[in-house]
Amino acid sequence: MAGNGVLVIGEPSEGSVAPATLEVLGAARELAGKMGGPVAVAVLGQDVAGQAPGLIERGADRVDVLSDPRLSPYQADTWVPALAALIRETSASVVLLSHTQTGREFGTRLAFRLGTGIVTDCSDLQVADNGRLLAVKPVFGGNAVAEYTVAGDGVQLASLRPKLFDQAAPVPGHQGEIVERPVQIDPSQVRTKAHERVRAAAAGPDLENAQRVVAGGRGMGGPENWPLLDELASAIGAAVGASRAAVDAGWVPGPLQIGLTGAKISPQLYVAVGISGAVQHMAGCAGSRTIVAINRDPEANIFRYAQLGVVGNAKEVLPALTRKARELTGS
Amino acid sequence: MDIVVCIKQVPDPEIPTSQFKVDEVAKRVVPPEGVAPVISTFDLHAIEAAIQLKEQHGGKVTVISLGPPSVRDALKRAIAMGCDAAVQLEDPAFEGGDSYATAVALAAAIKKLGTFDLVLTGRQAADWDSGQAPAALAELLDVAGAVPVQKVEVRDGGLYVERVTEDGYQPIDMPLPSVLGISNEINQPRYPTLKGIMASGKVPIPVWTAADLGLSPDQVGASADRIVLQRLFVPVRESKCEFIEADTPQEMGEKLAQRLREARLI
Repeated sequence: MAGNGVLVIGEPSEGSVAPATLEVLGAARELAGKMGGPVAVAVLGQDVAGQAPGLIERGADRVDVLSDPRLSPYQADTWVPALAALIRETSASVVLLSHTQTGREFGTRLAFRLGTGIVTDCSDLQVADNGRLLAVKPVFGGNAVAEYTVAGDGVQLASLRPKLFDQAAPVPGHQGEIVERPVQIDPSQVRTKAHERVRAAAAGPDLENAQRVVAGGRGMGGPENWPLLDELASAIGAAVGASRAAVDAGWVPGPLQIGLTGAKISPQLYVAVGISGAVQHMAGCAGSRTIVAINRDPEANIFRYAQLGVVGNAKEVLPALTRKARELTGS
Repeated sequence: MDIVVCIKQVPDPEIPTSQFKVDEVAKRVVPPEGVAPVISTFDLHAIEAAIQLKEQHGGKVTVISLGPPSVRDALKRAIAMGCDAAVQLEDPAFEGGDSYATAVALAAAIKKLGTFDLVLTGRQAADWDSGQAPAALAELLDVAGAVPVQKVEVRDGGLYVERVTEDGYQPIDMPLPSVLGISNEINQPRYPTLKGIMASGKVPIPVWTAADLGLSPDQVGASADRIVLQRLFVPVRESKCEFIEADTPQEMGEKLAQRLREARLI
């Protein structure tokens, strides 16, 4: 039977609250506003109690603190039973989490452990006429949009596409309760041993956090032209990314790939050069505030997303663009 | 090692957006004329990972797919790449199944095959993009699971696995058996050899129905859905692009720089 309110499951983070958690909290508050009921946030890990006040300041009515060394580092085998027990005890109507590399793993298994369903990678949350959640998500690489409800009348899970929802804004004077929950994990069910995450070396400004990004695609012509893109990036202080086509062609390394299965960016400025704008690519950059496209093909799909467009050859446009940009910004 | 790979055949994800059509009443995608369906991209990486593990450690790779007769082409291609055996699951009762309902049938098929060391599948399918199959299979088979996986090695009777994270990876020690959702970073799928293609024509591919799997119709297909598709549509996208006009590409570049400066974007 369905409960009441929305429970947010915080992204694994020791110390401060993860931005992804704040995005989901923002969405949760909006959903609870339409559905009714309180908004709670669960934080799991070893040293996580300190996150609670900040979450309450941003609108959480309750923070469930699950503090236990078995929960850090994250692994599905400890998080899923701990969360299943919490959800059975606290009975929310909807449970939300971010569709990060971690969320996509534990969120799905948690839904099935609870005997219910999850709609993953959602771009919007609505309320159906019967008061149940109507979750909206891109499908077929972004070519189409699907709307789903969770079968039955039990708790409903949804994971939200990262970098799409606005982070919860502070609510001055907001009060809430902090509850330390017992962590219930059956040791015989823990079959894996997770180790601390390893950070891969990043070259240049972090792509996913950059405020300005320039990226190149097949239209760059070849790796020998890539320095033209690097120079534009240097002139305007941007990180460099690429489409899957450029990565598959071996022109640039994999971590530069922006797209459905690559980096998700949401900069103030995104300049797509020689990129056709296939939906799988747009899934990685549609959150950009302003998109500028440079492409030889006036019919390129990217122009349906861009605010500013130049129809021209990258090799001819880029040097002049870079030169003028340097002149105007004094860089 | 006994490895099972679950694969899915999907409409070709590379078709141009302008050719993409949806039947809103039937709530399904209408594949374009003459464009053959393909093995879902991440499943190709799963097939390759399975074959590489077999080449290193010996054993057998069986590939399974649930779908209409066209999936036999997908299964044959997997055999041509180097898988040893294949099974097709087909039954009207499977229709309308979401990831979970489909996994119920797949898990039953895996159990029918016998003991297994490893189940591999792509981290998400290139049609519905839900990414739920790996977790569903792990839960139904009651074994450890991990997704998305960029590396798997056999060590000391167990597995060393690397899960992809936003800024790198997470190492995990896992037991055998496990279910892994494979990601593209792991390998480059091989092309079938001519010899493989000829051999694939000779491998018999049994077809199993729900009854063969010991499942009743209400345990599979739409009856077993955990999520219900309410609406499917193609969003209308209006272009609001301001094109920079000039006589030469160089002038366009300069004008663009000015526009960006005016807008305080640089």
